[in-house]
Amino acid sequence: MPNFLEVNHLKVWDKSSGEVILHDSSFKVNAESCLAVVGESGSGKSVTCRAIMRLNKPWVSQSGEILLHGENLSFLSDKEMRQKRGKTMYLIMQHGMSAFDPSTVVGVHLYETLKQHFGWNKHEAAGHMSIAMKSVMLKEPMEIMNKYPHQLSGGMLQRIMIALALVLEPDLIIADEPTTALDTISQYEVLEQFLQLRERLGCSMIFVSHDLGMVRKLADEVLVMKNGVIVEQGSTESIFTAAKHEYTRYLVSTKQTLNDHFKSVMGGQGVAKR
Amino acid sequence: MLSVNGVSKSYNKSGWFQKDKQRVLEDVSFQCGQGECLGIIGESGSGKSTLGRLILGIERPDTGEILFEGKRLGDAKIRAGNISAVFQDYTSSINPFFTVEQAIQEPLNNLKSGLKSHSDLIDDLLLQVGLHSDYRKKYPHELSGGETQRVCIARAISTSPKCIVLDEAISSLDGSVQLQILDLLKDLRSKINTAYIFITHDIQAAAYICDRIMIFRNGSIEEMVSTDQLKDVQSHYAKKLLQMTILN
Repeated sequence: MPNFLEVNHLKVWDKSSGEVILHDSSFKVNAESCLAVVGESGSGKSVTCRAIMRLNKPWVSQSGEILLHGENLSFLSDKEMRQKRGKTMYLIMQHGMSAFDPSTVVGVHLYETLKQHFGWNKHEAAGHMSIAMKSVMLKEPMEIMNKYPHQLSGGMLQRIMIALALVLEPDLIIADEPTTALDTISQYEVLEQFLQLRERLGCSMIFVSHDLGMVRKLADEVLVMKNGVIVEQGSTESIFTAAKHEYTRYLVSTKQTLNDHFKSVMGGQGVAKR
Repeated sequence: MLSVNGVSKSYNKSGWFQKDKQRVLEDVSFQCGQGECLGIIGESGSGKSTLGRLILGIERPDTGEILFEGKRLGDAKIRAGNISAVFQDYTSSINPFFTVEQAIQEPLNNLKSGLKSHSDLIDDLLLQVGLHSDYRKKYPHELSGGETQRVCIARAISTSPKCIVLDEAISSLDGSVQLQILDLLKDLRSKINTAYIFITHDIQAAAYICDRIMIFRNGSIEEMVSTDQLKDVQSHYAKKLLQMTILN
């Protein structure tokens, strides 16, 4: 099984205006590897993720084939697709705040999800979740599960999502800008959790971000998008050191400018290297 | 120029019957000189945005005072045209019914400095932030994030303020656009000599443009260092914060 997820000629367009959002995307994610998708906002990164999960808005249509384990997802009914989401493919959103139901405590959401996929009762679900939440450095899990999303910080919500992924053990994790809304310290902690998540589950991952620092730490391969078109794809090292496309070089160089300045200020010491 | 003396602020905790208050700022004092760029960095929830709002006069401190050129900031006449702001959420920063031209004109009209047309001035402002004068008739939804933030900056500098508060002004922009805006801010500062209060959680960006950096934690100042001495921070928290910066 060389290719775990294969996307061929994915085209996404707006039904009402006829505007094409994604032109002709084809890419592959190998088993147990991490593909990073980078690009500016509006370049179609999130739309790609949602197209794979088939979660795009009803007025958005898609064509092309998406093969997971060789099974074409486009032929699945909505009901079958629902079963796939969460257990097989797991989406981590940018805003933890809007990913959870604001009208109930976080725990209810988690219990419901686990009941759907494993048929666990509340007690079993709470037990499994507690262990997972402790492993992502969330202390006092029971207390957290009895809180509403607005009472928790963005970093905490993001780690709860990661904890749920640990319990569900999905085959593919799609993370759509999981750290963009977080501050420096939470970003670092969430990145650590992602690295551990990959080690523990050995799952494939699609990691969407415009933070190239994170991408370099986490990804094996990088896909660069611009205006709904894939401009370049290759291994992380080749993208960062020997990018072919001008746009990729531009993206890398801007990040480098900030980095170099910071390094010169810090005198090249005391910075995190993994 | 701007001096903050022993400022504290607390909010009522959420909940209808709870009377206890949450301290957001605790005895904060600092100075910001003419034309200086002061960075305020800290985690989310540390109270840095509240401090920004107090400096802007949107909220009043519970105790302590903020002086602008020796006068109390509570007076709106002192603030008018002297202090302006650029916020994080560029989508909600401009009235959606206003064109770029109207948006930039708004603070000028409020000043009532003179009723002459500001037409040339707006072209000039747009040029300064790197936009063509064709943008005048556009509406905010027609602009990209970076362009909208440029318009916000043009609006902020329109009254030639002495101080601009930039509250996470680059945080919701993409990496490459962030650098463009930072360079623009650097460039503008050398031209018009305004002071910046640059509130961010991005240490690299702060180190890029600020002269001094204030590390903020749980509503009080943990440490204040000049940027060239950033590597010699003393407190444990500041060291930890710097170590957690993710580089590529």
